[in-house]
Amino acid sequence: MSSAAGPIAIPRYTGTGRVTQARVALSEWTKLHSLRSTRWSLLVATVLAIGLPMLFAAVTSSHWGHMGPRERADRKPLDIALAGVNVAQLAIAVLGVLVITGEYSTGMIRASFTAVPKRLPVLWAKLGVFAVVTFVLMLPSVVIAFFGSQAILGRHHILQISFSHPGVTRSVIGGAVYLMLIGIFALAIGAMIRNTAGGIATFAAIFFVIPPLLNILPASWNNAISPYLPDSAGRSIFSLTHGAHSLAPWPGFALFCGYAVVAIGIAAILLIRRDT
Amino acid sequence: MIEAHGLTKDYGEKRAVDDLSFTVQPGIVTGFLGPNGSGKSTTMRLILGLDAPTSGSVLVNGKRYRQHPSPLHEVGALLEARSVHTGRSAYNHLLALAHTHGIPKRRVLELVDLVGLHEVARKRAGQFSLGMGQRLGIATALLGDPKTFLLDEPVNGLDPEGIHWIRNLLKALAGEGRTVFVSSHLMSEMALTADHLIVIGRGRLIADTSVDEFVRRASGTLVRVRSPQATKLRELLLGPDVTVASTEPQLLEVGGLTPEQIGEAAAAHGIVLHELTPLQASLEEAFMELTRGDVEYKAGDILAAAESEEAA
Repeated sequence: MSSAAGPIAIPRYTGTGRVTQARVALSEWTKLHSLRSTRWSLLVATVLAIGLPMLFAAVTSSHWGHMGPRERADRKPLDIALAGVNVAQLAIAVLGVLVITGEYSTGMIRASFTAVPKRLPVLWAKLGVFAVVTFVLMLPSVVIAFFGSQAILGRHHILQISFSHPGVTRSVIGGAVYLMLIGIFALAIGAMIRNTAGGIATFAAIFFVIPPLLNILPASWNNAISPYLPDSAGRSIFSLTHGAHSLAPWPGFALFCGYAVVAIGIAAILLIRRDT
Repeated sequence: MIEAHGLTKDYGEKRAVDDLSFTVQPGIVTGFLGPNGSGKSTTMRLILGLDAPTSGSVLVNGKRYRQHPSPLHEVGALLEARSVHTGRSAYNHLLALAHTHGIPKRRVLELVDLVGLHEVARKRAGQFSLGMGQRLGIATALLGDPKTFLLDEPVNGLDPEGIHWIRNLLKALAGEGRTVFVSSHLMSEMALTADHLIVIGRGRLIADTSVDEFVRRASGTLVRVRSPQATKLRELLLGPDVTVASTEPQLLEVGGLTPEQIGEAAAAHGIVLHELTPLQASLEEAFMELTRGDVEYKAGDILAAAESEEAA
């Protein structure tokens, strides 16, 4: 602060730029990449998405000689290639929640909504930027994981599958799409709950707690309900095959998108209506 | 210009702001005064559209805040509770907000220098002292070079040099014809900075007046007179609506007359005066007097006085 007494010369700024969706998106991109938590979460997600399939491929290769025929039959090359998706989703979901709850816990949201008082452009920009960043990072990760794990398994001439085999390309790209949608879903939950711990707990309840609980229900109920849960609907996007009690890839994808749209819709309505 | 009309805000059962109407004029510093918890920050949030009023409305530069296509060029706000992500650097914080209006990096760097954060601009804001946080808040408010400023307790946590700087800044902004609305619970601070006061207590308007008027009304204008002929002067001055008290020989405290009237009366009768001093309560005392006890009664008092004056 200049210690000179006397009048202060406030530097002029003559621009009169309006708030536009593109500008808010640039603002959200700046916010996203300027936080350490973002860089760590995305690094962890990438390492897991690539590293775990490599590890599983190596372990499977070295134990192949000791496995019986039934155990060998249980091993699926795509399960190995996409093993990282299941774990990376946790890092992506936590970051998705944090992207918005971090603003509430620090008070930043007041600055954001003072700059963009219509509020919704902030939500759209957060969703758009986070979805693009997640997809751009996760698509190469799952592709590397596929070819990497195949290369490791290939040295032992086991569990080989071609990228052009029916459904394989869709499943691998589907893994990245699934992670992107998980991020969107988590961000929408964060916007609804506005609290980091609450947001992460809600996400975990929907994806990790409720699905196994359904096993307590009679099998006929469980089979009727569980394919339509967000978790299994989402999984069908990156599953090579589907059984009698799971959805086909595209219906699963559509349903999962539907869940995301509903979550976003609720988040948007609450965002407009609630005090900050 | 800020215009509030019947602004009311309930949080559950509690009424935080109660039927507030006031206008904040450009070209002067308007102090927004009230004890802690009197509804100042809530009013600020209502003005910025962060909270929605239960009833009533408030316009900034002729529109609801939310209706402005480029809000940062209309209003610069410094909110009391910190509004900065603790994990982000001051520079990136300002840059992210600047991007929403297409404000260039150059402007961000200029303001970082102006508020003296140059050396710490790349540090995480969570490591900032309260004073540094306030400086960052000032830089945020100045980003769009707006016409109207809304500053909630800007001197909180600042060192004397920083406080001095803020005072000069507020006066400079008002001097350029901008609207400056600054809240404080410190009367002494307002006495030095503000030209006009809006005083609230328990969410209600207590006074909307110039600083001078505020002190004059609340202090009830007594004049201290010292004279070797005090007894004679006392008899001379006494009359309807005039009170004269004496705590020691040769000393009078006169209520109901101006120093001019007393001096002229003394001169006309050849009475020697050794002292003629208008006794003004400090702004602090005036404020304590106004907000003590039954705030609503006092409010009625002051408003009635204002009305009768307008009628006259």
